[in-house]
Amino acid sequence: MKRFLSDTGVLFTRLMRHIVRSPDTIITTAAMPIAIMLLFVYVFGGATNTGSVPYVTYTLPGILLITVASGIAYTAMRLFEDMSGGIFERFQTMPISRTAFMWSHVLTSIVANVVSLILVIGLALVIGFRTGASAGRWLAVIGIMLLFTLALTWVAVVAGLAAKSVDGATAFSYPLIFLPFISSAFVPTATMPGPVRWFAQYQPVTSIVNTLRNLFLGTPVSGDIWTALGWCVAILVVFAIIARLLIHRRTA
Amino acid sequence: MSSPETTPRKQAAIIATSITKSFGEHLVLRGVDLEVAPGSIHALLGANGAGKTTLIKILTTLIKPTGGSASVAGYDVAAQAQRVRESISLTGQFSAVDGILTGQENLELIARLRHLSHPQQIARDLLERFSLADAAGRRTAQYSGGMARRLDIAMSLIGNPKVVFLDEPTTGLDPSARLEVWDAVTQLRERGTTVLLTTQYLDEAEKLADRISILHEGTIQAEGTLGELEHLLPPKKVEYVEKKPTLEDIFLALTEGKKSSK
Ligand SMILES: Nc1ncnc2c1ncn2[C@@H]1O[C@H](COP(=O)(O)OP(=O)(O)OP(=O)(O)O)[C@@H](O)[C@H]1O
Ligand SMILES: [Mg+2]
Repeated sequence: MKRFLSDTGVLFTRLMRHIVRSPDTIITTAAMPIAIMLLFVYVFGGATNTGSVPYVTYTLPGILLITVASGIAYTAMRLFEDMSGGIFERFQTMPISRTAFMWSHVLTSIVANVVSLILVIGLALVIGFRTGASAGRWLAVIGIMLLFTLALTWVAVVAGLAAKSVDGATAFSYPLIFLPFISSAFVPTATMPGPVRWFAQYQPVTSIVNTLRNLFLGTPVSGDIWTALGWCVAILVVFAIIARLLIHRRTA
Repeated sequence: MSSPETTPRKQAAIIATSITKSFGEHLVLRGVDLEVAPGSIHALLGANGAGKTTLIKILTTLIKPTGGSASVAGYDVAAQAQRVRESISLTGQFSAVDGILTGQENLELIARLRHLSHPQQIARDLLERFSLADAAGRRTAQYSGGMARRLDIAMSLIGNPKVVFLDEPTTGLDPSARLEVWDAVTQLRERGTTVLLTTQYLDEAEKLADRISILHEGTIQAEGTLGELEHLLPPKKVEYVEKKPTLEDIFLALTEGKKSSK
């Protein structure tokens, strides 16, 4: 255990240097969701009736999910680069903790995404995002976002392990970035046509968005929160198992 | 450390016995036997796709053999993998240098993972030894191919592993960078480290190795010192060769002969 912590720490420091030395990975991660947020707030927002709620507050949960979905593309890219050169193999032939390497990538992914999320929330506050959420509700928001980031990080790990090229390693994030658009994130699902509405109501993003929105607005959090947590845990478990199998296959 | 199952069970630094490996239907290694004496440099010579990297991966615990057994530094690669890892290092065919980090940081990283004290000093000493001190603070993405390969080898020497594996250490390097790497390998011999290196270049095996194994069609076709291998040439052939036969002549004779006998 001591070995695991110290090896993970050393490898995590290495990856954090990558991020500090190419800050564009964080800026690019935050830039796209910020652009989408500005577009929706200043261009499309007027057309959507969100009552007394400022549109930026209404839409921020979806923007946060898009931030993570675009951030994990870099998680997959960093992992792919280590796997395709000789770096992973050198570490595996050393007497270090067997799991430290993977956890250093997971930890780095979480830290990088949290920094991007803080940037996005900061800008949202500047353009009018307001919440009366209590400390407890903020804790719930943070917990859900961390769980969501962890779950998508394992999706990225699978992509990084399975990919044959850098483009392949990052392409999986595009559909994920797109998912919030077919959810309750930007317009109420009730306005959508039949089959699309059905998909929008039952896909994971809607329950997460609804939960976050209710937490921000101070309105009662319905059963959505359990659906949201269930989705996150399910994605996490399934993709962590697939990642394990992929690693195992490499050493067969 | 003194319990019977952890004490080295044999003298040779590397022993492979009837190693086979298949990827699905594709049988890459068909029974490889290899023995490398401690402190010697052994070259594994083979063409593209002969299975050199596959054998190295098995000996360095990266993949498991389909059949057969192997031990490195006295430890079984399957049953005592972590012990093997404590005794070896690998400079793989593909660079394991982190391009975003500096040379100094790359070396410190490995020293920290090996839990050595004074990682900075270790890094400085190795940079000096491999003539990289001037480039210590530069990101290695800017290094030339020869510099990066030397750093890669230097990273392998941290913690003084007993057995060092070098998979095609000079492939893709220009002639002067090749000489630099040869120097680095020769230094290892002076320190008593056992080296197993793979190469496609016959002159490299000739220059560096105490003993040479020729891997072809999944088995070791011949093994010995350069002198011993020369005797394997068909006598008729020797007559007509004006100069001393090169390893190339031997290699071609052995592998061609094999093909025509099929
Ligand atoms: N993971 C794998 N899955 C399937 N086939 C593989 C795998 N690894 C190697 N092979 C096949 O095994 C054979 C031997 O490969 P290997 O890399 O060991 O050769 P090599 O002697 O190192 O060649 P080179 O000089 O090109 O490095 C090749 O035909 C290769 O395609
Ligand atoms: Mg190879």
